[in-house]
Amino acid sequence: MIELLIITTLVNTGIFALLAVGFSLIFGVARVLNMAHTAFYAVAAYIFFYFIAKLMGIQMPVVPAIIIVVVVVTLLGMLSYKLFINPVREHHGAVLLITIALAMSVQEVLTWIFAAHNRTVPSFVPGTIQISGITVTNQHIVTLAVAAVLIIGVYLFLSKTKMGTAIRAVANDTEIASLMGISPSRVLMITMTIATALAALAAVLRAPFTTIRPDMWGTPLLTIMVVVIIGGLGSIKGSIIGAFILGFVEALCLVDPLRLFGGRGSYLITTFAMLAMVIVLIVRPAGLFGTLFEEEKL
Amino acid sequence: MFRRLLKNFQYGVIPVPGRVIAIIFFLFLFLFPLITDNSFFMHILTNAAIFAIFAVSWDLLSGYTGQVNFGHALFFGVAAYTTALLYKFLGWQPSVTIPLGILAAVAAGVLTCFPALKLRGPYLSLLTLAFPLMLLGIVMFFKDYTGAEYGIPHLPPLASTATGEYYICLIAMTASVLIMWKLTDAGSRYVRTGLIFHAIREDEIAARATGINTVRYKLLAFAFGGLFAGLAGALYAHARGVVGISSLNLTMSFQAIIWVLFGGAVTIYGGVVGVYILYPLVSMSYYVQKLFTTAQKALPNVPAMVPLAKILEFLHDFAGRPLLVLAIIVILILLFMPEGIAVWVRDKIERECPRCKLTNAAWRKECRACGASLRWVKS
Repeated sequence: MIELLIITTLVNTGIFALLAVGFSLIFGVARVLNMAHTAFYAVAAYIFFYFIAKLMGIQMPVVPAIIIVVVVVTLLGMLSYKLFINPVREHHGAVLLITIALAMSVQEVLTWIFAAHNRTVPSFVPGTIQISGITVTNQHIVTLAVAAVLIIGVYLFLSKTKMGTAIRAVANDTEIASLMGISPSRVLMITMTIATALAALAAVLRAPFTTIRPDMWGTPLLTIMVVVIIGGLGSIKGSIIGAFILGFVEALCLVDPLRLFGGRGSYLITTFAMLAMVIVLIVRPAGLFGTLFEEEKL
Repeated sequence: MFRRLLKNFQYGVIPVPGRVIAIIFFLFLFLFPLITDNSFFMHILTNAAIFAIFAVSWDLLSGYTGQVNFGHALFFGVAAYTTALLYKFLGWQPSVTIPLGILAAVAAGVLTCFPALKLRGPYLSLLTLAFPLMLLGIVMFFKDYTGAEYGIPHLPPLASTATGEYYICLIAMTASVLIMWKLTDAGSRYVRTGLIFHAIREDEIAARATGINTVRYKLLAFAFGGLFAGLAGALYAHARGVVGISSLNLTMSFQAIIWVLFGGAVTIYGGVVGVYILYPLVSMSYYVQKLFTTAQKALPNVPAMVPLAKILEFLHDFAGRPLLVLAIIVILILLFMPEGIAVWVRDKIERECPRCKLTNAAWRKECRACGASLRWVKS
């Protein structure tokens, strides 16, 4: 029971952190909430399903399938940024609405193409492993390892490379950054690319543990919004800790070690997640690690 | 009194095209049952009236004071569930339960406001997003009382006929929109709230520095937002006869935002325009589909017509996905008129006099009051 709780928590943490880091990066750079972020996650899950589940009569090997998924979804993300977000970037309300509309249309198109069935993807890493007497599937291990490597990679990219510095500069102060010769539009484009690629990878990693359905973007979107708010918008460290809190809450509701909810715990996941967010916000209005700009303070 | 009204009408309404359009629109709504009393259309317009109250109440709270609320469905759902539960367990009639539902929604608004006072921007939005979802989880968990997915059915209707229900909702809508319009009128001599709401949105610290008790006015905005959204929720419960989780979920909250931003935020009429364009559009998809099917059947059965038939079939399937149509329309409108459709039209047909700030029709060459030239005023 406890080992199941720990494994579920860690895997959830990895996935939520991957999604939340991208969301948080976009918010930090553009100061907009990209509601279509998890729509790309849903698209990636469906394309992955399409390749894996032999819809075309041929089954793709896993690794090329993953590469195709990530490339295609990243291109889609860049395209939708160019077409939809960039033209209205100045109007924050319009960005919000346009990204919601984008997510809605993605859901509808997916329903149109794949019908509203629940789909599943088999786990693509076979076998189990014994860690100090506990049996863990290799799929879980691979998911955790890949998520950890990706997050560390993003962290290093942001702190060590020139482009990462530019991204942080724009996030800190767009006007000063553009006076220093950084193009905010280009930086946002690159941020969007990275974020979408992370979302696609999160979808591929999570696909074996979840059902794939056209409205699968809603719940993770809520979760990652809570994650980044708990951690503080724009902070990567905060996102990871927020993801851990949320992953633990979700695992607790699902695994239910104390048998409190009588099998109906899945209905309370959102309630407890939201409760955690409300408490954090009341205690620390900028989240655990967030900083408010001077003009955002109250 | 009557002569003053007439004079107001002659000098305040007739020369301003936007107001003329608004009056014609409301006249049309009030006379609509004379054109047809098809229950389907009545039903759509009743719901549209209810959602117009809901959308405009979001505009009052979030557009004017800038407290962008992602969980407006909380007030709607609290009122709907209160009226339904009171009817189900105590057997009280709508005339009692609707005011109680509205009171519950106002209480929800005030309670939401307390944690929201410290927060701002996205943090505030996501805090407000949390409350309806928490309530939704609780509703799902206590399924013996709330029926979970199936909701609370068999609520008494507002009136015995569809037309009666339509008029009740329409009158409620007209009255609430008028009240909200007056409340948020920044140029009013009698009510200060409009000006103060604008001040809070633009710069809360500056507003506080000028001696405005911003906490009180934010509470007021939340209470009014709750009141009107609650009215909409309570009416909706009885108009539909069933309260389900759809009145609390994310879609309901975001629908209000979509309608208002589509019509134009911070305008009050933007919400009404948004609802009356988008809601019937989504509901009419069945009729549009039938149109395409008829067109397809009418085509002569020759090989040359096959591609056209294929296109019609595609359009038929496309119209069967009203949410997709809605999303695409919203995207296109926002790309070309990011301020909202009502504001875009208003800027095309009205022009403000640079000297006396009076609104003029766009085709006038000089201001109707002070005679200043309007030729160089950009719309």
